[in-house]
Amino acid sequence: MKVAVCVKHVPDATAQKRLDPTSFCLDRSGEGALNATDLNAIEEALRIKDAHGGEVVVVTLGPAKAADSLRKALAMGADRSILVTDDAAAGSDLLATTSVLAKVLEREAPDLTLFGQASSDGDGAVLWAAVADRLRRPLISQVATLRVEPAAVTGKRQTEFGYDTITAALPAVVAVSDAINEPRYPSLKGIMGAKSKPQEVLSLADLALDAGESGDAGSRTQVVAAAPPAPKAGRVRIDDDGSAAEKIVAYLAERKLA
Amino acid sequence: MALTLVFVEHHDGELQKGSLGVLGKAIALGGEVAGVVLGASQEVAAAAATYGAAVYACDDTALAAPLPQPRVDALEALVTETGAETVLFAASVLAADVAAGLAARLGAGLNWDLTDLRLEGGDLVGTRPALGDTVVVDVAWKGTPRIGLVRAGTFEPAEPTGGAEVRPFASAFQDFSSQAQLIERTHEESSGPSIEDADVIVAGGRGLGRAENFSLCEALAKTLGGAVAATRAVVDAGWYPYSAQVGQTGKSVSPRLYIACGISGAIQHKVGMQSSGTIVAINKDPNAPIFDFADLGVVGDVEQILPKLTELLQARGA
Repeated sequence: MKVAVCVKHVPDATAQKRLDPTSFCLDRSGEGALNATDLNAIEEALRIKDAHGGEVVVVTLGPAKAADSLRKALAMGADRSILVTDDAAAGSDLLATTSVLAKVLEREAPDLTLFGQASSDGDGAVLWAAVADRLRRPLISQVATLRVEPAAVTGKRQTEFGYDTITAALPAVVAVSDAINEPRYPSLKGIMGAKSKPQEVLSLADLALDAGESGDAGSRTQVVAAAPPAPKAGRVRIDDDGSAAEKIVAYLAERKLA
Repeated sequence: MALTLVFVEHHDGELQKGSLGVLGKAIALGGEVAGVVLGASQEVAAAAATYGAAVYACDDTALAAPLPQPRVDALEALVTETGAETVLFAASVLAADVAAGLAARLGAGLNWDLTDLRLEGGDLVGTRPALGDTVVVDVAWKGTPRIGLVRAGTFEPAEPTGGAEVRPFASAFQDFSSQAQLIERTHEESSGPSIEDADVIVAGGRGLGRAENFSLCEALAKTLGGAVAATRAVVDAGWYPYSAQVGQTGKSVSPRLYIACGISGAIQHKVGMQSSGTIVAINKDPNAPIFDFADLGVVGDVEQILPKLTELLQARGA
């Protein structure tokens, strides 16, 4: 079974995130890391490989530095990685990102494509559905448990109302929730071995993508202004010295909430 | 402005408040507006049509299960038929997948997590808080159709008025759209007041320490006339029923007052409650992310504070 995992290199959780003042794009020049919920998707792919054999390929679109995040996936046990990086792809919106990932996935033709739940830098937990539509493959998202058979996957999907169990024929696209597993840590052996695994780097031209399909030209949305949020009046922080309950009551009473 | 379609979501025939709120907002913006009800009975479509706009309805059996891909097919058919320029959704697990699939299908722009919509020189502009709500951006669309996904709990639905027209429509369905099939649903019946309608919510997370401590949340909620909610972590751990789960894979709520007890405030929880009026957070960990967006942050032990808080409020006759 061939499993592709789409991941994202995001600004490190501790880094101060900012928008570029002219392009309104997220400034990605700082420290980055593999998006936390993507670890669940990688872990699930590795478990599928353990059970069924085959191959795990990690795929991303991002800056050159995203290679670091891919290497972490390789250290966890993925077999090879594909990084699409191109100045012309910068600023890609959902549609433009979908075009690039779909192109890679069409080329790879995996049996199963996995996504993590959401990225920490502001995507809308929507990419998988767009990619599935472009690939014309069945989709199961918000999957908390996944069973893989030779020709089908069955996922328990968490919704607002409970669990829906959905089965789909392979090839399929599945987005897992972070409830699905506990991701493993890379072993020292894994970290050492990662360096020698195949790490493909592709440009848009390598994928035969038109300039109009990616980056700003391929995007159908744009950020037209950015401003600090209206200050939230009366934000208060207290450390409990034994009087916290009284202070909460006073706070609520003042705002006619109690 | 040309026709705007609003996806009116229902769960087993029950219209979802969030999508009715978006419908009301679209009507307020002006122009021609219609709701879209998919996979529901004629009665449900007629009920949706009492909220101030005509409703397009398709009840093809392909739409019977709450799955996204056949809904993309139906909306594509409707956008093509009507020439609609804008399709709006209220965020939900289902709606997010439908909106994104439709964007890919139509080659349309999708802006998400919108907290407001306005017209500027006849063009639609959305507001979206970004980077953990540290910046607010204005987002626009290049060309049409435009697709917008509104943050859960943003707009309150208007009261139903008179009935408007229900317009049935037919759709073809893609082969791949039927390859994912619903085989089982396990939905708990909820008990007590629905957290979606509660004015006050007291929510508990891992920081409560043990399942029994939910009684502290229940006592406080009772005193305030509110409902009890829970994070996914504690629902998974079996401490509290699924029907009380707030977050990305739970309910989205926007009460006047949200008291978060022992909740760290991970993004998956935040998306379900960030539209609340006033957020009070009590947590032992001073670095918990919830303190970044709580109106009143209290660093302290919920086991100590909650009983006292309940007692004081009872004494006030809250």
